[in-house]
Amino acid sequence: MGFEPVKILYALISLFLIFNVGMLISGITRKIGARVGRRHGIRFYQPYIDLVKNYALRSNVSHGVMFYLGPVFRLTGGIGVYLFIPVIYGSEYFSNFSFAGDMVLVLYFIFFGTLGMALGAGEGGHPYSAIGIGRGLAQVTAAEIPLVIAFLGVAIQYQSLSVTEIVAAQQGGMMQWTMVTNPLITLVGLIAFLGTMSRSPFDVVMAPQEIPIGPPTEFHSTFLGVLQTNRAIFPMAKTVLFVNLFFGGAANWGVLVLKVFIVYMTSVVVGVVFPRFRVDQSIRWFYKYALILGIIALFVTSLIIR
Amino acid sequence: MMKALIERLEQKFRISEVVRQRNDELFMTAAKEEAVSLVTYLKEYEGFTHLVLLTAVDWLEAGRFQLTYLLNNNAVKADAGIRVYLDRERPEMESIHHLWKQAATYQRELKEMFGIGFPGSPRVDEPFILEGWRDIPPYRRDFDTKKYSEKTYFPRPGRKTYDPEEYMKKQLYPEE
Amino acid sequence: MTKKDLDKRKVTGPDGEKFEVDPLRDYFCQERPRVHDPARRIWEGFLNWARSESLWILGYGTGCGAIEMRPLMTPRFTPNKHRIQWRPTPWQSNVPSSAAICPSRPQARGPGSYEQMQGPKYVVALGSCTINGGMYWDSYNTINRLDKYLPVDVYITGCMPRPESLLAGFEKLKTLIREGRGEGQNLYAKHFDEYKANQKKIIRDWDMPDYNW
Repeated sequence: MGFEPVKILYALISLFLIFNVGMLISGITRKIGARVGRRHGIRFYQPYIDLVKNYALRSNVSHGVMFYLGPVFRLTGGIGVYLFIPVIYGSEYFSNFSFAGDMVLVLYFIFFGTLGMALGAGEGGHPYSAIGIGRGLAQVTAAEIPLVIAFLGVAIQYQSLSVTEIVAAQQGGMMQWTMVTNPLITLVGLIAFLGTMSRSPFDVVMAPQEIPIGPPTEFHSTFLGVLQTNRAIFPMAKTVLFVNLFFGGAANWGVLVLKVFIVYMTSVVVGVVFPRFRVDQSIRWFYKYALILGIIALFVTSLIIR
Repeated sequence: MMKALIERLEQKFRISEVVRQRNDELFMTAAKEEAVSLVTYLKEYEGFTHLVLLTAVDWLEAGRFQLTYLLNNNAVKADAGIRVYLDRERPEMESIHHLWKQAATYQRELKEMFGIGFPGSPRVDEPFILEGWRDIPPYRRDFDTKKYSEKTYFPRPGRKTYDPEEYMKKQLYPEE
Repeated sequence: MTKKDLDKRKVTGPDGEKFEVDPLRDYFCQERPRVHDPARRIWEGFLNWARSESLWILGYGTGCGAIEMRPLMTPRFTPNKHRIQWRPTPWQSNVPSSAAICPSRPQARGPGSYEQMQGPKYVVALGSCTINGGMYWDSYNTINRLDKYLPVDVYITGCMPRPESLLAGFEKLKTLIREGRGEGQNLYAKHFDEYKANQKKIIRDWDMPDYNW
């Protein structure tokens, strides 16, 4: 498959669309959360105004080169994940830059942003950032293992490392989805998904009560704006990836937004119901339950494939 | 119970001005030299193991400071207060931080706010609340806090003070 | 942190090498605050609208009046409806709302938090004590006028002000911002020496860097 420059344009359009979806979903989620708590809540388009305001602040202070690069790396991680997964199945406009081995590359990109953020926040030198980074890296690493296992399981099941092919194999009704054909691996995947979404019970990294806001403690104005942009794109990219791998992908934007919203809301609902884990608890939990469940799921998958 | 305690104390120490308003409360004045041994005795033998507070009063006219040690006996729910008078010109007292660690903090505060010295008390010369205080200690009664405030904190002109009683009378019953 | 931590000193590294540390130069910025000119007319109007609709607040509560900021956060007064959100760090907020009674020691640290904030920032002073000292006007330990130390945009009177009056104060601040009158940051930068001298007058043993960012 040759490289077509026009694909860049389509990728940018799709990036813009998913950015807006992310902004609206995060606003609506906060609105719903507030209404559940009988508060008035923000307006659903408040994230846009916050973003404009943060980009429009007149001054900013840097602590060095890595401090600049931290948010940039974070955003690169988010966009990178998004750019290499096919968004709409069967659409030549919105398949982005997916290729035969994109699943492996996406795994790298998911971790990339966290590492960049760690370097950037570390340069700030604030103790709260350092605590946040320590907790964040430990927890993300713990959650990464079930994530890789889930990806491996899916790859074994469909004998492919290409997200497009995996989506293609799930077409033809709900009974073909990985969710139905291999519920165990889906469960492991969803657990890992919860771990990477930085929502309760796995939000000790950002814990606003104990370590004000975690790694981004010192990031302000434009830096914070970049991080906010990423906060809209990155979860959406991950959710799209999960929709592709486990829930049959989507053939048009309507179905995609619906599925993304439902999958995203699982993490929100879990977050509302369960209190926060401490970082040692969450790591132990991932290693004790998610890892063992994942290994069982892997065995089951390989047996079925035989 | 308190009566027996007073008798025991009077045998051992020179205490005066014993006030017993309630049966679970006792105030007495001790000589400066004996105060620490009296506090130690109360703590070790009479069960007054809890230091409630250590504070000071400035008797400007009499030219002396009064230190008050307030102790509590949790077993019988009784309080004992020990007053000690210090010379206002050279206020200095023995430290009791060896009996209660937290007394060092009280003594640090007293040193800063009243200028009462406690030689040997840990960190007693470090500033406690005030930073870089150059004036006389602010809790002494000859310190003019209003003058200091006007000199330091930019008073906003146009401030009026009313006598509350007169003011409310005028507000509520204007015709009288 | 004490004053001693800001002195130059020799430090031995983990490999045994010795190097000199000058905290004031190494850890803190030495740049003075600058005056930032507002943007062009319509664009600035739009930005000011965005700023007024998204007030991120750092509750700098140093006294009793801060107790009234907590009910303001509750569902009954719905600060979110008034576009007010609380932020945990000074770097990310725009409005330090200084609480009523101003004991001199924390109030001298207030400017530190103020200086760490970025961009157009607005000071809301709660309570009578920030205006003329209130009932503590003759105390040796409370400042009388907050505007000698920070450029105050909105004063809210009351001892203490009820959450309703706080909301009214924030609404007033929003109209000020929309009219383009929320230029406290530039005021602070322009009269920086004056403000700094007043702040140093309170804390004689100045144990902070002069510029906190």
